[in-house]
Amino acid sequence: MRHIISILLENESGALSRVAGLFSARAYNIESLTVAPTEDPTLSRMTLVTRGSDEIIEQITKQLNKLVDVVKLNDLNVHGVHHIEREMMLIKVKATGSKRDEIMRLTTIFRGNVIDVTPNSYTIELTGTSDKLDAFVGAFECDTILETVRSGVMGIARGNSALHA
Amino acid sequence: MELSGSEIIAQFLKDEGVEYLFGYPGGAVLHIYDALFQADEVKHILVRHEQAAVHAADGYARSSGKTGVALVTSGPGMTNAVTGIATAYLDSIPLVVLTGQVPTAVIGSDAFQEVDSVGISRPCVKHNFLVKDVKDLAETLKKAFYVASTGRPGPVVVDIPKDITDPNIKIPYTYQASISMRSYNPVIKGHQYQIKKAMELILRARHPVFYTGGGVVLSNASQSLRTLVQRLGFPITSTLMGLGAYPASDDQWLGMLGMHGTYEANMAMHETDVLIAVGARFDDRITGHLEHFCPNAKIIHIDIDPSSISKNVKVDVPIVGDVDDVLTSMLKLLKEDQDNTDKEAIKDWWKKIKQWRKKNCLKYNKKTKVIKPQYVIEKLHEVTKGEAYISSDVGQHQMFAAQYYKFDKPRQWINSGGLGTMGFGLPAAMGVQLAHLDKTVACVTGEGSIQMNIQELATCLQYQLPIKIINLNNRYLGMVRQWQEFFYEGRYAMSYMDSIPDFVKLAESYGHVGMQVDQTSDVEDALKEAFAMKDKLVFIDFITNREENVYPMIAAGKGQHEMELAPDSELV
Ligand SMILES: Cc1cc2nc3c(=O)[nH]c(=O)nc-3n(C[C@H](O)[C@H](O)[C@H](O)COP(=O)(O)OP(=O)(O)OC[C@H]3O[C@@H](n4cnc5c(N)ncnc54)[C@H](O)[C@@H]3O)c2cc1C
Ligand SMILES: Cc1ncc(C[n+]2csc(CCOP(=O)(O)OP(=O)(O)O)c2C)c(N)n1
Ligand SMILES: [Mg+2]
Repeated sequence: MRHIISILLENESGALSRVAGLFSARAYNIESLTVAPTEDPTLSRMTLVTRGSDEIIEQITKQLNKLVDVVKLNDLNVHGVHHIEREMMLIKVKATGSKRDEIMRLTTIFRGNVIDVTPNSYTIELTGTSDKLDAFVGAFECDTILETVRSGVMGIARGNSALHA
Repeated sequence: MELSGSEIIAQFLKDEGVEYLFGYPGGAVLHIYDALFQADEVKHILVRHEQAAVHAADGYARSSGKTGVALVTSGPGMTNAVTGIATAYLDSIPLVVLTGQVPTAVIGSDAFQEVDSVGISRPCVKHNFLVKDVKDLAETLKKAFYVASTGRPGPVVVDIPKDITDPNIKIPYTYQASISMRSYNPVIKGHQYQIKKAMELILRARHPVFYTGGGVVLSNASQSLRTLVQRLGFPITSTLMGLGAYPASDDQWLGMLGMHGTYEANMAMHETDVLIAVGARFDDRITGHLEHFCPNAKIIHIDIDPSSISKNVKVDVPIVGDVDDVLTSMLKLLKEDQDNTDKEAIKDWWKKIKQWRKKNCLKYNKKTKVIKPQYVIEKLHEVTKGEAYISSDVGQHQMFAAQYYKFDKPRQWINSGGLGTMGFGLPAAMGVQLAHLDKTVACVTGEGSIQMNIQELATCLQYQLPIKIINLNNRYLGMVRQWQEFFYEGRYAMSYMDSIPDFVKLAESYGHVGMQVDQTSDVEDALKEAFAMKDKLVFIDFITNREENVYPMIAAGKGQHEMELAPDSELV
């Protein structure tokens, strides 16, 4: 099953490579990983998306917790936790002739924004769940897409509970 | 006090109570060496190879319970140390390894003797640090000792760029006696509810067995383990890493379990209904084929590291905490409950175990003229009255030492179990001897392993370390040969050693005493003679039976009840 794990870690140069190294050393898979400093500059917040059986996910969270740089973590896909997830995508597509209107309409339907325009291309910004981004990408012919950049998933628990040091 | 970075290191090590520093100098650590030389507080042991520095610090740590400390230079010094660091990591041994680094300004420029020490060591350390500012140095060192020695212990590397140790930059220094870290808080106290649940299972058990490991030694919990096990009257077995934590001479002890464990220990594991795992990590050498592992058992697992629990085998009652703390709580509960174990069932259980014991699975033919390695170890035990510290290398000789030297005390048996590092034995013995200057120390080794760190004979002479080297010389990489005999139809690919040195002359050329023994009848006298030379290192080269195999054995992929016993065991 897919799990989103939120991690609060020391904002130290080696911290990211410890997490990444753990996943490769123990052959766990990483679907996506995003990280940036928090409002407290000594801490970074990471969201990691992984897949595995219950046993593997249990080992992953235990092994992550064991890293000395990890201050706290929260598996957003365990029973009883409700969460929100978002991913951002920048996508550059060919846009010429009648296609230009069609792409604008599609962007509106997906509540995206066109953020850069040239005579024959659009760059669109889109935020949502990974599924929604996949659906948007799927709406284009392959050769229409010039490039895509995705942020990886960010996640947060619903309600008052918060992950802090 | 205003000190330079190098002086801070020297002063800190003294303040931290470090007795020995095992190391080897080089460009990046010259400032540190100069400060150590001038301070002359911590005794520095100059090894002959950085791997040996780390193994020696490790042997010191394993035998004393204190944190071992090593100092190596950047680049090749650091890479040479890696095997030592990984060895300590897999057996959870507390070490602090200080590595020199190129100056901060040139890090990342492929400078002379630069390697990414933090990157290289990351997968085999508990934690590591790169010191970027001399102002952080003292605190980082404190953190390193704290992390290394608490929770599940392990090696910590502190990488120190040369400019950080500049003798001309002085800053205020005070020793911080304790430290806390928001991201590191090991759990010591076991959860009371879990402990109660465990006790309920224990009191209802009909075929219980204690399966104990290195965690008992690391936790210094031998006393509470012994009290609990004897109060309950249950059988107990130990892993290779747990030997000595429960006295081997006690009748409740079933011997070592696992691949080369005893018949009775593995059978008891197979038929147990309540398995009490204490500071042991369900290694594949223990479980054999997982499907056949303890098929009828409810499992209680006490471990300080949550990630050890349910890693390989799903357990029923996990208890995260320090072994000594948890066992002490269990004892308290037991007092309240007074012993209502199922006495009848336990009695029947022992009857069954005694039947298994009757197989006498460790017997071997003692009447041969060629020396049996088992015999050497039995005599070693006799001659040293079972009181020696025994370090070992890796191979058949290691298994024979584990099986036939009956360890009664924890920290007496020093070996590399997890990584299985050939070359560990001799340098580890140096650390052991330094930690216990007036005690008898022997290193059981093979002609293959000893050559992996033979250069340390020079260190032994320099510091007058009277280690007795018991070389079980079978002219084979015996453990490899055994597998080739069993699983590769006897094709001995590269397991034969050609051009073996004359170990007697070799020992002599290093300034030690060398002896060679090739007949069973001479073994005992040779050992007596060697151990009578209290101030000398004696290298005894025992020419042993070439194709001796280690039994019992559970072949890879087999269940723990499918042990193979020695083919001639019925005859002798
Ligand atoms: C050639 C060869 C053959 C081998 N054959 C065998 C064999 O037949 N039988 C065998 O047993 N081994 C054998 N081994 C060793 C094997 O590879 C493992 O090293 C060993 O089984 C692990 O022992 P352990 O489970 O006690 O774990 P250790 O590695 O000692 O781990 C200790 C456990 O205790 C925990 N712990 C640490 N401190 C504490 C504390 N204070 N409180 C609570 N928990 C704590 C740790 O988290 C860890 O889970 C062999 C090795 C070699 C090289
Ligand atoms: C550094 C290292 N290289 C290779 C091995 C694989 N290995 C395990 S046991 C062994 C043979 C050891 O030979 P020896 O020291 O003569 O001991 P014996 O088995 O003959 O008693 C080898 C090569 C190892 N454990 N460590
Ligand atoms: Mg050999």
